[in-house]
Amino acid sequence: MTAQTSATEPLLSVRDLVQEFVVRGAGGAKGGVVQAVSGVSFDIMPGETLGIVGETGSGKSTLARAVLQAPRPKSGTVVFRGADLTGLRGGRLLQARRNMQFVWQDPFGSLDPKWKVRSIVEEPLVAYRDGDRAARRKRVDELLNLVGLDPTRYAGRHPRELSGGQAQRVAIARAVALNPSLLICDEAVSSLDVLIQAQVLNLFERLRRELGLSYLFIAHDLALVKQVSDRVGVMYLGKFCEVGPGELVYKQPLHPYTKALLDSIPSTEPGAARATATIKGEPPSPIDPPSGCRFRTRCPRATDQCAIEVPQPRELAPGHLVACHHPLTEPAPADAAGAQPSDSVPSTAKAQG
Amino acid sequence: MTSLQTTDPLLVVEDLRVAFAAGGREIRAVDGVNYAVEPGKTLAIIGESGSGKTVGCRAIMGLLPGTASISGSARLRGTEMIGLNDSELRRHRGQDMAMIFQDPARSLNPTMRVGVQITEAIQTHRKVGKAEARAQAIELLRLVRIPAAERRFHEYPHQLSGGMRQRIMIAMALACRPKLLFADEATTALDVTTQAQIMELLLELQAELGMALILISHDLGLAASYADEVVVMYAGKIVEQAPARRLFGAGGTVKMRYTRALLDAIPHLERAAHTELPVVSGRPPDPTALPVGCSFAPRCPAAEDDCTAKEPALAEHAAGHRWACYHPCENGVSA
Repeated sequence: MTAQTSATEPLLSVRDLVQEFVVRGAGGAKGGVVQAVSGVSFDIMPGETLGIVGETGSGKSTLARAVLQAPRPKSGTVVFRGADLTGLRGGRLLQARRNMQFVWQDPFGSLDPKWKVRSIVEEPLVAYRDGDRAARRKRVDELLNLVGLDPTRYAGRHPRELSGGQAQRVAIARAVALNPSLLICDEAVSSLDVLIQAQVLNLFERLRRELGLSYLFIAHDLALVKQVSDRVGVMYLGKFCEVGPGELVYKQPLHPYTKALLDSIPSTEPGAARATATIKGEPPSPIDPPSGCRFRTRCPRATDQCAIEVPQPRELAPGHLVACHHPLTEPAPADAAGAQPSDSVPSTAKAQG
Repeated sequence: MTSLQTTDPLLVVEDLRVAFAAGGREIRAVDGVNYAVEPGKTLAIIGESGSGKTVGCRAIMGLLPGTASISGSARLRGTEMIGLNDSELRRHRGQDMAMIFQDPARSLNPTMRVGVQITEAIQTHRKVGKAEARAQAIELLRLVRIPAAERRFHEYPHQLSGGMRQRIMIAMALACRPKLLFADEATTALDVTTQAQIMELLLELQAELGMALILISHDLGLAASYADEVVVMYAGKIVEQAPARRLFGAGGTVKMRYTRALLDAIPHLERAAHTELPVVSGRPPDPTALPVGCSFAPRCPAAEDDCTAKEPALAEHAAGHRWACYHPCENGVSA
């Protein structure tokens, strides 16, 4: 990020985004409403990367799709480059979305197996009628070079003739073909081996520098998200528990859930993970989330207040927001359900790598 | 591994080789692997996709298709496992060794209640009545810390979360109290908090039952945190083996540049955002056309002429630490 950001408008501004799905029980009866995303708000500035971490079912992928309007969110606004996507239809939505592209987890699932690499990368250019055939051909060569694939060797191949890392590069080349300003990556490197993953992460970093791309980078791997992000949001059951500058969120987590996630990471220090106590149990169902704070059923600091009152995001440090009645900056409440006094002192909130 | 302690190893693998025929060419998936596991200990076998880490263990379990040609030796408590026929293997699987897999959803039968599946596993191996098997199944569910075991007994796999399903798989694997458990990427598909819970459970059960554990994984962090001994595989061969404490952490002495590259490529929390990750270019060699000499040489920053001329042998250069390299890292760091 450069100094220019203070004066500029956010590239993407999401407010009170809600996405719900009705699940059907036996015989098609209404079984309940999955509250996948429940009132999420965030901004992404030009050139900035917002990372989102969360476990399975936290709603992070649903959030990405709701931003894309596929499917449309139930309520809330998604303002991208000044236009609210939730109010746009048809051709106008397509034009607005041109600058917002996606990279998904499974490259083989998102590349047509019958198409050659050249056609795959060219497709967005054809769809948006960008340039004539010769110009498009030249652009595809440029794009393949950009992602580190030699066009003379790879343009004529089918996806099955590529390794996972190469296929993901093709997906990235296609995503940046139209010079988007925002790239949404949903677990984009999670299926890759660690050495290939590092290559693709470095590619994302280079595209950020060279093309000034912004990213919404979604992954379950905390260290991975830290590596690429300026700011990080932690999701639990459809809501942000904590959002803030990456360094702060990891070094001084404010939400007990963030700390639990950090403590669960296996470390390359031998035996380190054995000492850390992580949270017990499993996330409750998003069909019937707990009242008040959604994390309270697993939280060592939960009190009666947490069951009654939904914690609102509070800015405890510049740009560092937490939605918690008893954040880690305070001593553990005396009446907490599962408080472990010796373990809950704020100074223990160190990031263990 | 040499016998640092006097304990007899539980499993001794010697010169294990697995090859497949593919279009007239031979794929040497596992190419002369040696290691031993002591009772109650944890060995981690680390490698990328296609390194042979899974194939080697499946060969020992007798889970490979008939098209695989297997040679070498794997002795479990003195009994040779390689070359046994199905019925002989069945006596050892479950009783002596068991395996859990990455995707518990695909390993469970979606149309059967989990309790019935566990009961079936018990009755396959033991001559017990229905009521007794059922009681044992509920006890197993308790053993793997499943709350409300009686209720869960009657549920279907889709009613359980991923972590719960993996606990069910562990319960089935432990039905006959095996001496050795293979965990093949058993926590890879799980969230970090669930992964930590399952790993804690496995370690607790290991201590309770005195079982040896072989963790097959791509995750060096997992190996560092939970294993006693670490084996690193590349292109079908072991390239480095040492106690976890020797390899990782402050003062770790990683010798192979491949192991070093794996460690360096993992994003970790101490690294500042947007910094370039050290990478090695290229990808693992085509298993049908392995290079002469060291398989890692084409990607290795320190490769010299001798590396491509003759393959470095895996040898014990320091007590308990084996590596296969002519130009190893100094003090665990790439020069």
